[in-house]
Amino acid sequence: MAITHRSRNRSRSASSGATGARTLSGAQIVLEVLAEQNIEVIFGYPGGAVLPLYDEFFQRPSKTMRHILVRHEQGAVHAAEGYARSCGKVGCVLVTSGPGATNTVTGLADAFMDSIPLVCISGQVPTHMIGNDAFQEADTVGITRPCTKHNYLVKDVRQLADTLREAFHVATHGRPGPVLVDIPKDVQIHTAAYTPLRRDTGAVRFRYRPTTRPESKKIHQAIDILAQAKKPILYVGGGVINAGGDSAAQLQKLATKCGFPVTQTLMALGAFPTNHKQSLGMLGMHGTLEANMAMHQCDVMVAIGARFDDRITGRIKDFSPHSTKIHIDIDPSSINKSVLVDLAIVADAGEALRALNQVWQEKRIAKPDIKAWWQQIDAWRAKKCLHYKNSTSTIKPQYALQQLDARTKGRDNVFITTEVGQHQMWAAQFMTFKKPNRWMTSGGLGTMGYGLPAAIGTQIAHPKATVIDIAGEASILMNIQELSTAMQYRLPVKVFILNNQYMGMVRQWQELIYENRLSESYSASLPDFVALAEAFGACGLRAEKPQELESVIDTMLKTAGPVIADIRVDPLENCFPMIPSGAAHNEILLGNEDSDTANSTSEEGMVLV
Amino acid sequence: MYDNEKIHILTILVDNEPGVLARVIGLFSGRGYNIESLTVSEVDGKRHLSRITITTKGAQTIIDQIMALLGRLVPVHHVVDLVHHMPFIARDSVLAKVICPLDKQKELCDHASSFGAQLADKKGDVMIFTMTDEPERIDSFIKSLRNQGSGQRDIDVCRAGIFALDYEEQALQKRKHEADVAPLALTSS
Repeated sequence: MAITHRSRNRSRSASSGATGARTLSGAQIVLEVLAEQNIEVIFGYPGGAVLPLYDEFFQRPSKTMRHILVRHEQGAVHAAEGYARSCGKVGCVLVTSGPGATNTVTGLADAFMDSIPLVCISGQVPTHMIGNDAFQEADTVGITRPCTKHNYLVKDVRQLADTLREAFHVATHGRPGPVLVDIPKDVQIHTAAYTPLRRDTGAVRFRYRPTTRPESKKIHQAIDILAQAKKPILYVGGGVINAGGDSAAQLQKLATKCGFPVTQTLMALGAFPTNHKQSLGMLGMHGTLEANMAMHQCDVMVAIGARFDDRITGRIKDFSPHSTKIHIDIDPSSINKSVLVDLAIVADAGEALRALNQVWQEKRIAKPDIKAWWQQIDAWRAKKCLHYKNSTSTIKPQYALQQLDARTKGRDNVFITTEVGQHQMWAAQFMTFKKPNRWMTSGGLGTMGYGLPAAIGTQIAHPKATVIDIAGEASILMNIQELSTAMQYRLPVKVFILNNQYMGMVRQWQELIYENRLSESYSASLPDFVALAEAFGACGLRAEKPQELESVIDTMLKTAGPVIADIRVDPLENCFPMIPSGAAHNEILLGNEDSDTANSTSEEGMVLV
Repeated sequence: MYDNEKIHILTILVDNEPGVLARVIGLFSGRGYNIESLTVSEVDGKRHLSRITITTKGAQTIIDQIMALLGRLVPVHHVVDLVHHMPFIARDSVLAKVICPLDKQKELCDHASSFGAQLADKKGDVMIFTMTDEPERIDSFIKSLRNQGSGQRDIDVCRAGIFALDYEEQALQKRKHEADVAPLALTSS
């Protein structure tokens, strides 16, 4: 926006003229800053505008950082997301200008929606060519502006180091998100004085300093509300995972102390053990009956690091009509965005939970008596909302996942990623999540093709773990090329395809809302997934009958390298419970006996996605 | 004009750096919202802060949402919707070019003076008036210039757009970030 052009020679960190300064090229500075930030992995794909950077990798191979060559830039971003989500560190991506950068857009938008800390470095055509329709030129900062937390175009090599440092700071502080730094090729070649970051002096003061500590007064108010609750619920979101550290342990401590039921969003699964007796499972559109009914009828709701997404709330005006709502979120713009709350606490979820635990203890509050509420919840639980009719001749997708869950139970380190659709919802419903950072899924954006590259990133972060991508046959084809990446780096990811030959969630909506007009939702001309796996050099397995599941799953888990397991499931199975678009929590549909009523979805609901 | 519930004047304090205006404006254009008026200029050279003033019409819920999202932008320090939250003062400025024969110029000058406008400059038949006042007063001045004398007159107008300040003493202290932290020095584009 700067209307006046002026050069500025200021810097916030102690980087100019101080001792220890060396003259380095832009490319070298990038690598120095990555080392400063303790970056161990960067997912990337070379091209003309990043050749100086790639040459630097070649000439001075890093001892601390690996470059993982992906097969498509979208895969690089999802891999970085999987990496970040599974180990709590920032994910790093390096791509070239033009198509390299535009291919990252879906991944960046995905990370933006799900608050995943990423730094994406993109090459750009040389400064003097910008705006010239140069070869492989795109307005990368313009294109990525609305799908990043922040982005930069670095036009002066002297500002490169500080810009990158701020990029890492912004990506990882406050509500995390993706940050893009666009570096023209000439800036990578030009030289400037580089002064290593001196953390000991605490010299770096960034302008972006979000609030993380809760106001003590509000924590006391919250405790007073909790102590009086008769029908409380803790509604936990992905913020608890992002807060990292002992946040999940703090949540469990609070839940145990107060004895309240806990429901989790899709992004939170694992923040609280889903097999805990106080867990009501996932809430929302395909959440459990008990979670949604409890949300609807509670008198006190504590939203912790959750953002009242439309998939959670259903019809806003009938959302939890009788409750006092407490909202803890690090992002002030999430508060009162769609649901008005009674008490807003702007804070890091982990710090807020710690403060709540502390005050609860200080005030010596007795466990509230909420027996009647639990009786009501148990009555909802007794409806067994996840029940499905099993079959001896056809593999039911739910059964396949129950088998997968049972057969991975004994393993210590199991990480699950998913693609997007019915299989994702069934995975959320039927897999057991005991720990945070074990579940990587595309929640906000709903990106088909997320799961395989995310599994690759997860496996890079956890080389010895069992990493399984629960996939659909349509989603997996969106980024199948990344199997080649898995082969190259010997990453033993397991792709567990629930193959129903349909874009299942699309087909389900067409059946329930569009009178079964199955427009373009059939996956015609599917590849032979076993042969496909073998073509990449991976192992292909197939199960067509329920009796074959056990051995296919066991073989998959035992195989040392990557595996694609093609599980042929019932093509017409629907995912229930389901709250139709525009309906309220208490209008939840259960199983097949309810599916007729879905046809009565209001016109208001039809326009919602 | 502020009685109309739908008018909002947002005053936004930002770091003066490339792209910041696009970030702010993108939140309006992405929702299909029109901006009635926009002013932007650096207001603190030492800390490189600019003030953006946006006048827009829209549903309160959407404006609230846009304000929340504005607050989330890294280079944005402070956002307020003046119209519904605090006492404030709003002004607009105008340059108006009028073709007027020499013998009628005295009469036109008097007319302009009656509005509080000044003659900024003149060259032959061309007279340029300037005026800073409440937006409605500017509207009526422009209308009167068109209609003054006999018949309708063609005029050229350039308006600065609405700019406004509140009376809050503490407003400057309410910033999201501490003011002593200078923005990252980036080159202008």
